[in-house]
Amino acid sequence: MGGPSSHADVAAELATRPGHKNVRSTLVRWLLITVSLTFLGALLAAPLAAVFAMALDQGWDAYFSSFSDEATRASIRLTLTTAAIVVPLNTVFGITAAWCIAKFEFRGKSILITLIDLPLAVSPVVSGLIYVLLFGTNGWFGLWLQDHEISIVYALPGIILATMFVTFPYVARELIPLMQQLGNDEEEAAITLGAGGWFTFFRVTLPRIRWGLIYGVILCNARAMGEFGAVSVVSGLVRNITMTMPLQIEALYNEYNMVGAFALASVLSLLAVVTLIIKTLVEGRAGYRRR
Amino acid sequence: MKNVGQREPNVIPGFGITLGFTTFFLSAIVLLPLSALVLKTAGLDWSRFVEVIASPRSLASYRLSFGASLVAASVNMVFGFALAWTLVRYDFPGRKLVDAIIDMPFALPTAVSGIALATIFSVNGWIGQYLEPRGIFVAYTPLGITIALTLIGMPFVVRTVQPALLEVQRDLEDAAETLGAGRFYVFRRIIVPTVLPALLTGFTLAFARAVGEYGSVVFIAGNKYMETEITPLLIIFRLEEYQYAEAAALGFVMLTISFVMLLAINLLQVWGRKRMMVSR
Repeated sequence: MGGPSSHADVAAELATRPGHKNVRSTLVRWLLITVSLTFLGALLAAPLAAVFAMALDQGWDAYFSSFSDEATRASIRLTLTTAAIVVPLNTVFGITAAWCIAKFEFRGKSILITLIDLPLAVSPVVSGLIYVLLFGTNGWFGLWLQDHEISIVYALPGIILATMFVTFPYVARELIPLMQQLGNDEEEAAITLGAGGWFTFFRVTLPRIRWGLIYGVILCNARAMGEFGAVSVVSGLVRNITMTMPLQIEALYNEYNMVGAFALASVLSLLAVVTLIIKTLVEGRAGYRRR
Repeated sequence: MKNVGQREPNVIPGFGITLGFTTFFLSAIVLLPLSALVLKTAGLDWSRFVEVIASPRSLASYRLSFGASLVAASVNMVFGFALAWTLVRYDFPGRKLVDAIIDMPFALPTAVSGIALATIFSVNGWIGQYLEPRGIFVAYTPLGITIALTLIGMPFVVRTVQPALLEVQRDLEDAAETLGAGRFYVFRRIIVPTVLPALLTGFTLAFARAVGEYGSVVFIAGNKYMETEITPLLIIFRLEEYQYAEAAALGFVMLTISFVMLLAINLLQVWGRKRMMVSR
């Protein structure tokens, strides 16, 4: 980015612009760009590149064969199952919450918004801990669950609950400001003309918020698949059964299986890259909130 | 701003059911579990509670978590501002790509950034190999923890400062410069006052995220007794020893910090909005 060859071109172009004539401001400009990009490169680009470099360290064969490991496959299945349950639920919640908050005025609205944001401020470890305290053997419902032979903590339901908590705000946060900004006029017109509530939502509201919704859902999905702290507390780390992809990455890394760990990490990194690409594509379209 | 306080008949349906569903879901997933934490802590008698949260090991972990988060958020305030400025004011090749990659820490799983950072900053790693001969050790030190927390908090500062920088009135700057003000004067008297609330909000968001962070830290921290143990890690240790009430007590401390941070963020945003209103 900004290789030496292009410096001259840009500098030449800058000289033609009004207000940027003096040499010092050009110097400041290039200094700032260089500092910012170095910071970004060392902190973001290098780790991302390292994931793929380490994954392919022993070549493509080693890379692909690491996915034939049964524990790794089980972790991918578990992560997909978790996301398939968590993301739709949080999407429904996000749309409902956004409708309620953006379309109506009521007391305690700002408290409600703060409470929806709360999981973002809570440490992931605490997010997992609360479910252990609630459903663990010594928890509130521990004995009752034991009597009925239901296991929540150290099993799939616990992983789903913890993931749901952590990714709870994403869809709602994307939609609330967007729907507030769009206002009520078109919905009011539709309702006044006799359209039903559902019809209004699907035919009037949804088309206008769809890009924001898409980004919210995709971000929620990326966070759900990648959650580590909260899930590691409730998982109990039972091999082949309660290990999600991030937990399996940790296990492989601690066993010094670097290719295995980074190969699995590369899948999640690709997911992150795809998420950002979709974000960039969606940006600037109507019905997307630019931050 | 919408018509606040102005009551007008609302024809849109679904208020009762959406509010009900939202409150129910919120209570079941967020509020009930969080109250379990508070009540579990309350079950601990006072002297034991103090013993747990004020043990030398806990105090060392707070110092580390707070210290590293404070440094990381400050570094982000400086470089995050530089990045936001670069993205808003300058045009350079690859600007769009840079703008897109800023959000990486939001989308990248923390465990992935954790193992990647631990690898590149290890003694043989891409960056670590140049630092080690100079006596700078990153892996398994508080410095490594700070770097991980900087990565995690970076987008918060950039993404809050960016819109604020767009709000800066360029004509005001031009006017000041025409009247003979120097660049630094313009920066200090026009730009800084406009973006200050956003900058502080970004700082607080980055700090709040960093204090609770776990995944990206544990790999590079090395988790040495009393030296590189962050508070969330101590909670995990208590849980592994089946000391649930003690884990809850530490979790309660962290939760209190989260609430204080949320309050600070909300107050900062109110302050920022008020300043914005006055300046218009």
